[in-house]
Parts: sequence; C-alpha cells; structure tokens
Amino acid sequence: MSAGDALLRIRGLRIEGQSEDTWHEIIKGIDLDLKRGEVLGLIGESGAGKSTIGLAAMGYARPGCRITAGTIEFDGVDLARLDEAAKRKIWGARISYVAQSAAAAFNPAHQLADQFAEAPLWHGRMGADECRRAAVDLYRRLQLPTPETIGDRYPHQVSGGQLQRAMTAMAMSCRPDLIVFDEPTTALDVTTQIEVLAAIKDTIKQYGTAALYITHDLAVVAQMADRIMVLRYGELVEEAPTAQMLSNPQKAYTKSLWAVRSLRKDEERGEQPLLSVKGVSASYGAVQVLHDVSVEVPRGRTVAVVGESGSGKSTLARAITGLLPPTQGTVVFDGKPLPPALKSRSKDLLRRVQMIYQMPDTALNPRRRVRDIIGRPVKHFLGLGGAALDRRIAELLAMTELDEQFMERLPSELSGGQKQRVCIARALAAEPELIICDEVTSALDQIVAEEILKLLLRLQKELKVSYLYITHDLATVKAIADEIVVMYRGRVVQSGMKSRVLSPPHHEYTDLLLSSVPEMKVGWLDDVLARRRPGANA
Amino acid sequence: MNAILVTVLKRLGLGVITLFVVSIIISFVFELLPGDFAKAILGQSATPETVAAFQREKGLDRPPVERYLKWIGGVVVGDFGESYSGAGSLGGSKRPVAKLIAPRLSNTLFLAATAAIVAVPLALVLGLLAALYRNSLFDRVVNVVTLTSISTPEFFVAYILMLFLAVKLPWFYALANVSSDTPFLEHLARIALPVLTLVLVTVAQMMRMTRAAIINLLASPYIEMARLKGVPPRRIIVHHALPNAWAPIANVIALNLAYLVVGVVIVEVVFTYPGIGQLMVDAVSKRDMPVVQGCALIFAATYILLNLVADIVAIVTNPRLLHPR
Amino acid sequence: MTATPTSQLAERAPTIVRASAGQRAWRALMKAPPTAWFGLVVVTAYILIAVLAPAIAPYPETELVGNAYEEWSEVFPLGTDQLGRDMLSRLIYGARNTIGIAFVTTALSFVLGGLLGLLAVVLGGWIDQVLGRAIDVLMAIPQLIFALVLLSILGASVVNLILIIAVLDSTRVFRLTRAVAMNVVVLDFVEAARLQGEKLGWIMTREILPNILPPLVAEFGLRFCFVFLTISALSFLGLGIQPPTADWGSMVRENATLINYGDITPLLAAGAIALLTVSINFIVDWFLHKTSGLKE
Repeated sequence: MSAGDALLRIRGLRIEGQSEDTWHEIIKGIDLDLKRGEVLGLIGESGAGKSTIGLAAMGYARPGCRITAGTIEFDGVDLARLDEAAKRKIWGARISYVAQSAAAAFNPAHQLADQFAEAPLWHGRMGADECRRAAVDLYRRLQLPTPETIGDRYPHQVSGGQLQRAMTAMAMSCRPDLIVFDEPTTALDVTTQIEVLAAIKDTIKQYGTAALYITHDLAVVAQMADRIMVLRYGELVEEAPTAQMLSNPQKAYTKSLWAVRSLRKDEERGEQPLLSVKGVSASYGAVQVLHDVSVEVPRGRTVAVVGESGSGKSTLARAITGLLPPTQGTVVFDGKPLPPALKSRSKDLLRRVQMIYQMPDTALNPRRRVRDIIGRPVKHFLGLGGAALDRRIAELLAMTELDEQFMERLPSELSGGQKQRVCIARALAAEPELIICDEVTSALDQIVAEEILKLLLRLQKELKVSYLYITHDLATVKAIADEIVVMYRGRVVQSGMKSRVLSPPHHEYTDLLLSSVPEMKVGWLDDVLARRRPGANA
Repeated sequence: MNAILVTVLKRLGLGVITLFVVSIIISFVFELLPGDFAKAILGQSATPETVAAFQREKGLDRPPVERYLKWIGGVVVGDFGESYSGAGSLGGSKRPVAKLIAPRLSNTLFLAATAAIVAVPLALVLGLLAALYRNSLFDRVVNVVTLTSISTPEFFVAYILMLFLAVKLPWFYALANVSSDTPFLEHLARIALPVLTLVLVTVAQMMRMTRAAIINLLASPYIEMARLKGVPPRRIIVHHALPNAWAPIANVIALNLAYLVVGVVIVEVVFTYPGIGQLMVDAVSKRDMPVVQGCALIFAATYILLNLVADIVAIVTNPRLLHPR
Repeated sequence: MTATPTSQLAERAPTIVRASAGQRAWRALMKAPPTAWFGLVVVTAYILIAVLAPAIAPYPETELVGNAYEEWSEVFPLGTDQLGRDMLSRLIYGARNTIGIAFVTTALSFVLGGLLGLLAVVLGGWIDQVLGRAIDVLMAIPQLIFALVLLSILGASVVNLILIIAVLDSTRVFRLTRAVAMNVVVLDFVEAARLQGEKLGWIMTREILPNILPPLVAEFGLRFCFVFLTISALSFLGLGIQPPTADWGSMVRENATLINYGDITPLLAAGAIALLTVSINFIVDWFLHKTSGLKE
C-alpha cells in the first residue's frame, strides 16, 4: 500500500506513570503504524502497557500518567501537541474508544440511544432523527435483540454481552476512522464472547474502520487482527502479520507465550473414590444455586469442574468445605459422611481438605510474613515447633520451588506467581488428601499460569493428592484433568473421563461451550460462525 | 414506578419506627438512675412526705410502661406534660411544656432556616469549584481554611465574632435577645452574628463533603468515556455528573442541616437567643425532665426527618429504581 | 525434584524496599507538608504541657491567689479569673484535665465500638443485624442532645461524662469498624483461616485487625477531636467538667463577661481548644493522604 494510506503513526512514544510521588517510565519508546481499515492487535501480559498505548493513540493519558516524548500523528496531525479543545473535536468523531467494562462506562442515568446520539449530535454529524435511525441500524448489525427498542433501555436493563455490543455501536456512531478496543470481551463468558467478537469483526469490516485491538488473549487477537504487536514491560518484543506471527514467532518470549496452551496431561482412571458428592442441593437464601449435584473425586486424580459464571461451580466448593451447608444430599469423604457445617467438623477433617483460591492477592493476609502464613497450619494441624517448624517451612517452600529467602517476605514483596506458590505451600502444609483449586490460574499471566499448572501436576505425582479443579477455561482443563464435570445453571450436564467428555457426541451445552473457546488459528471464528449459522451468512 | 413507591414507603415506615423507638428511649432513660429521681431533684433535705407528694403529682410512682403511654399519648395531641419548675413543694402555677417550647421553637427554626439559606448554596458552589480546580492553589487554601474552621469549637467562633464585630467594631448586636414583639427586621438584625457563626461552621464541613462527592463522581469510568467522546467539561458536569450527584448532594445537605440544628444549642447560649436550645440547656441544669424530654424529642424528630428526606431523594433519583428491569 | 525458581524468569517480582519502621517514618516525616509539621509540633507541645503541668504552672490549680479579674501583669501573666485564680496556671492544668478526659473517653469508645464492630462482622447473621439496628436508632438522636438528656438524669460528673460520651461516640466507631472490616472479612485469606478451623479471636485479632488499623488510627484522631469538642461544649454549657477543676470549656463560660469589655483573655482557652483540634486534623489529613495512596 502507498504512504497515503497511513492513518496513525506513532514514533518514540514514552509515557511515565506516577506511584508513591515518583514518576516511572512505563512506555519506553514505542513506534506504531496503522493503515486505514487495518486492525492491529496489541497483546501482552499485565504491565505490558498495552492499554496505556491504546489511550495514547487518542492523545489521552489517564490521571497519574503523562506523555513525555514522541509524536502521535493521526492523519497528519500530532495529537501529542494538540490542546484539549482541539482533541475534543477528534475524540468521538474520528477516533473512539471501547472500554473493558461496558457496565461502568455507560452512564447509569441515561438511555442507551441518548448516549449513542451524544457524539454525533455534539460533533454536528447528524440530527436527532438521523441518530435514531443510525442507532437502530448499528444495533441490528451488531445483532442486538429488538434493535428498534433496545435504545430506550437504561444500561442496567441489558446484559453484559449486549452492553458491550451497544458500546461498540456507540463507538461507531460517527463512523470514526479509528476505534481503540481495550479488552472488550475479557469480562465476558466464552459463549457470550464469541457473539460479541463476531459482531465487532463484521461491523468494522463493513465500515472499513481501522482498529487497535488490545487483549491478553492470543486466540482472540488471532481472530480479530491483521497484524500483531507483542509488548512486554512497555517495549516492543516483535511485530508481524497475524498468520506469520502465529506460525513462526521469532523471539523467545513470543514462543513461550505461544507454547502455553500446549500443555496436556494423559488421563488416568481412578480406583477408589476419596470424595463423593451425592445429590447435593444448596441455596443462598431463597435462591437455589445447586440442583441435585453429584460428583466423585478418585484418590490421587484430578476432577475438573467446568462452567461459566452462574453455573454454581464455586458454590459447589463452598458446599463441600462446609461454608454453605447443603439443603439436601450428602458429601462423603474417605468413606464417611462429612458433617454439613464447618463448625461441626473435626480438626483432622479440616486438615485433610484444603483450598487454593483464584486471586493470590486476596488469599494472603498482607500483614503476615510468608513464614507465618505457611507455618501456622504446620503448627496448628501437626503441632510442630522450633527448629522442626523452620525446617518444614523451608521444605514446603522448596516443594513449591521457592527458596528460603522468601520466608521473611510480606505478600506485597512477591509477584503474582510467587504468591500463588505460597498459597499452594500453605495448602500443602496441612498434608491434605484433597485440594480444592478454585480458578487458581485465571488471575495469572499465561506463562506463569502454566508454571503453576506444571507445579500442581508434579505435586500430585509426588504426594498422591487429589484435586477438585474449578475453572471456566478449557485449555486448563485439557492440561490438568483426568475427569471432567460440566455444570450449567447449578446442574451437572455431563461428566466422565476427559477424553470421553471432550469428544463428540456431546451434551448440547458442552458442545456450545467447547465450540466457543477461541483457538489459535486464523479464521477459526469465521469457521465456527459459518457452521453455527448455516445459510445465514450466504 | 411501583418499585419506587414501595421503597419510599419502606423508608417512611422505617423512619416512623425509628422515631417510635427513640421516644421510648427518651422516656425510659429515667430507669437509668439508680435510686430515686425525686430525691435527687428535691435534694437531700426533702422529707419523705414531699418526695412522695412530688412522685404522686408527677406520676413517677407509676410503672414505666404506663408513664410512657401517658406521655406519648399526650405528645401525639401536642401535650408534652407539665414542667417541674413551679410545681410540687416549690409552689407556683402549672406550666405546660408545650407552651414553653412553642415560641422558642419558632425562634430556633427562624435562626436555623436563615443560616441554611445562606450556607447551603454557598457550600455547594464552593465545593463544586474546589472539586473542579482540585490541587490548585485555590483548592489548597480552601482545604486549610475549612479544616481549621471545622476543628474550631462553635463558641470560639461565636465569641471571636462578638469580640471583633460587636464589641471592638460596633457593627452588629452582641446579643440576640429578641421577644415575640420584636419587629421582623430588627429580629433579623439581631440574629446576624448567630447566623454568621452557624454559616461559618457548617459551610466548611458541607463544602468539603461536596468536594469529595464530586471528585468521587468524576473518577467514574463513564465520565472518562464521555471525555473520550469529545464532550466538553461543562456538559460533562451538567449532563453526566449531575444526574448521578443528587443522592450524595442530598446526603451532604441533610447531614449538615442536622449538624446545624445541634450547633444551634451552643450559639443560642452564647448570644442568649431565646430558642429551644437554650431552653433545653436551662432545663438540663434544673433537671426539669418533661422539658428536656420534649426538646430532645423535637431535636431527634428533626434529625430523623432530615435523613429521611435525603434517603428519599436518593431513592427517587436512582435510575435503577426509576427504570426497573 | 527440580528446585529452580522458574517463576522469577517469567515474572518480575516487586522490588523489595527493606527499611525499618523508624526509617520509613523518618523518611515520610521529611516529606511531610508544613501543615503536618505544624500539627506535630503543636501536639507534642500540648502533651509536654499536660504531662509537666505541676512543674510548669506558676500557681496551684484551684488556689485563690489574687483578686477577681486582675489584669495581665508580671505576677499574673494572663491575669486572674472570676474568683481570683491564676489564669495561666489554670490554662496549663486545663491541658491536663481536658485532654486527659477526652483521651480516656475516646479510648473507651474505641474499645467498645471497635470490639462490637469486629464481632458484628465476624459473627454476621442476626447478631450483626441486631447490633446494626440498635446503633442506627442510637444515632438517630443527635449526640449532643442525647448527652444532655443523659446528663440531666444522671447528673454532671467526670465519670458520667466519660461514660456517656464514650458510649454515644462508640456508635460511630462501630459504624466505621464494621464498614472497613466488612471489606476485609470477605477476602479469601479470612475464609482460608476459617477453613483451617481458626478461632474467632484469632480471626479478629490476627487476620482482620492488622488490616484495618490505618483507617482506625486516622479515625481515632478525628474522633478524639470530636469528643474533645463535645466535652468542651458541654463544659461550656456548664454541664460537663465541674468546678473547681480547671478545664478550657468551663473557663470560657466563667469568664465570658470579659469579652463585653473587649478583653480577649477568655478566648485563650477557646483558642487552646481550637489549636489542638486543628493540629490533629492537619496530622490526620496528611496521614490519610499517605495511607490512601494516590486517591485523587
């Protein structure tokens, strides 16, 4: 293409962020080019600075950030040199923004259509009636239900997936040249995500809009972007067209990112059951969340419980641990029924079932040192003290691949992965037979997540511990499970050995779930949609 | 609309129940005193006969529940009982509490209302300005001044004003001693210093809270979204922030009006203004319980009413309740 | 077993800043704004005066050493009061009495309100409901008014004053403790402690309390000011600390007539109150700014 196609040209962009009264450079010299109609994917893990770059492409820096160097040429105008009033003429009209949380980004006090119309009316692009028609048209293109009337609703009256599409419609209202998508589907369930992705992709293609698509999800970016930039710590790692980037990454970091999803465990059949959940129902007040759920975890094996938000998978964990005594059914552990309530369980029973949480940030008391966090269950359950206690703590740290210098640290002095290792060590300290893992890798960056999975697998081999592994992520399931239980709206819809559940014929919901998980190949999204809507795309 | 009605009615019901429980507390505090209240009030020299006579006359020999029912039954029809002063052994005529309170209550309401009319708009405007120009020199100066002002006792402010604006510079009346036949304009002139005192102490508090509420609101993602749509600041404030600001603003105003109602007590004493606050303080030192209880109930009712209004404003401006699913 | 700490390869751990609490405090102090410095100096001075009162004061607290309302002189630097006691000495002793009583009251209200707040959060259920409702009702009566009612029944004395204000003020401590502890109790590490069978006391003191300390400390400063002002107000109304104890609130009332003659002496006591509360507020403002990070 010729140089006349260039829409956005960023050179030597540097941004500083403020923390504790001092400024640190968080974007360290980024160059970026975007042509008209092109979709550029920005991917990276947390701290890569991808959102900061996305906003900087609009000439905007959040409070606490400042652009210190570089040029941001948008259609020949350097946004970095423009004053706020001049940028306002561009924002919403020629560049628009789609935020991660639509629920927070819509004003709760106004109807969707009014918020849609604000930019076109303000920028003098359309009259009120025209806005109304444009809104309905875009809502229809984005496959929102009842496009004629959905604009009359208030943000809290529509679902998360619909709101995200309504925000995309709002971003398109002035037919901008560029849209910045900032993790638009991260907060959504996979079955919702696929619809939103399809809607966004179709619409920007039809309008020929250029986009910066920011995400941490490789498979998603593979569907959306023409070209990909991999970022890390505010610097560019590498950049290439999507197909080339997927098939032939150059840098070690990129390769390791690509390799993450390939971890597979061979399934093994279990012999004797350690935990049997038999016909359990549970309620929060008047709302029943579990309906007659039965799950069996064999000794030394991993059972993955899969489901989307609202499936009741975390409630199942609460019912097993006794935090939410079941209204019906029993939980049998090692041949004996578990007392339903936590209070009536003996110390030894508490010791034998441990739990690891999703957010290592909140699972560790920020005011206690690693030594105390791990040492407490050792003392409490096994009665060790003095030198024996110290030795055991060091041993537990070694088992989780942390060395002794971590003993005196506070959680704030650990990285996310290290925190999760400490959580694992705390669970192991009780020498449990069953560990309930509640989404333990979903808050971690992918490379770190994989290391945690490997650690869990190794520990299972060495200690013969059983896992009840709760997750929404099928890649994780493939990596770690022997058996799978699929849950939907508080019920088990399918269960069995991993190979059996993952291969057809599936239960209808399992099929939807499996087919919605993005795969890391170009054109996957189009294939799925073509299969799902025979004739619709013709 | 039904959801709103139900929520408002629930809130009203809660207010009535609270007022009822508060009346019970105010009535039953008598039981806190170990031993005999009559003896405590009549003094050690009182003979058993006078004590007994006093108790019989005031119904103190009746069980607390009966006493409460009699009292609250009277309150409902505007009868707060009779004052102890000029009763029993002390001789003199009967003085109904309601008659003591009524003229003073209207004086107090006049004072508080005048102060509120000045303070509320002033505080909201100053708070908004401080929020819009936050971290500017204006904001910093305002922060230090208001912080100083809210940590200063009312009587300090009152006496300073009196010293400088009435004694050293004879611009205002030092004392606010009005009576029922004081002409309106003179009444207004006499309460200038009390009003100024109340305005000074409440504006600081109210504007700090307004500033915090506005800043909190401006940090919402939907405000950033509006900015990135190219909406100018003025429209962001009016169209995006304000519709969501009624609840916090109503809350700030109610809290401070409540504060003002209490601050009135001190100010009335300093300026010897014949209001309900001064009446109550006198009654407390004389241990004239019917008057104390009557005044306390009126203060508490005002307080509850203000909070009720703020909550109802929050309910009727909440989009989730205005437009249920 | 491979013991290579692989996680360090994949992730950057936060840099560890090892500094003792003293070093950190000093560093923070060096960066403190002038208002905070002013506050710290004033509060330190007040504490010294309160502790050393008998050594500093030229005359005893309650002795009549001159005529009533003597003017400022070399003998009586700030003159004498309505009974002929030395004003300066009474101001100095007043620091001791007024601050001491307010401090004891605030401490009591924190023990009471904090304990109930923590219990409400940890126990939850109907206990939380009942406590919450009861506190709501108590707070529906303005604090000063409630205090007046109780004082009229129980009579004004220092013990009654402390108990009444402490109980009434503990409602606010309860509210705050409950609110901040509620944010902590829902965190996974508290659930983890419950699942390990930890007792109530452990959860309250080891898991929750250390994590809500910063807001509670700030609140202590603010509550102290509020209690201090309330007690001063009651004393000013003649219903608080009773004569002949030297106390700033009553000193203002007893000598208020002088103001009508343009004499500022009675305002010194009021000024002393204002200066202390302003100083504490400056410190708390700075502390809140430090602990809340970059709020604005």
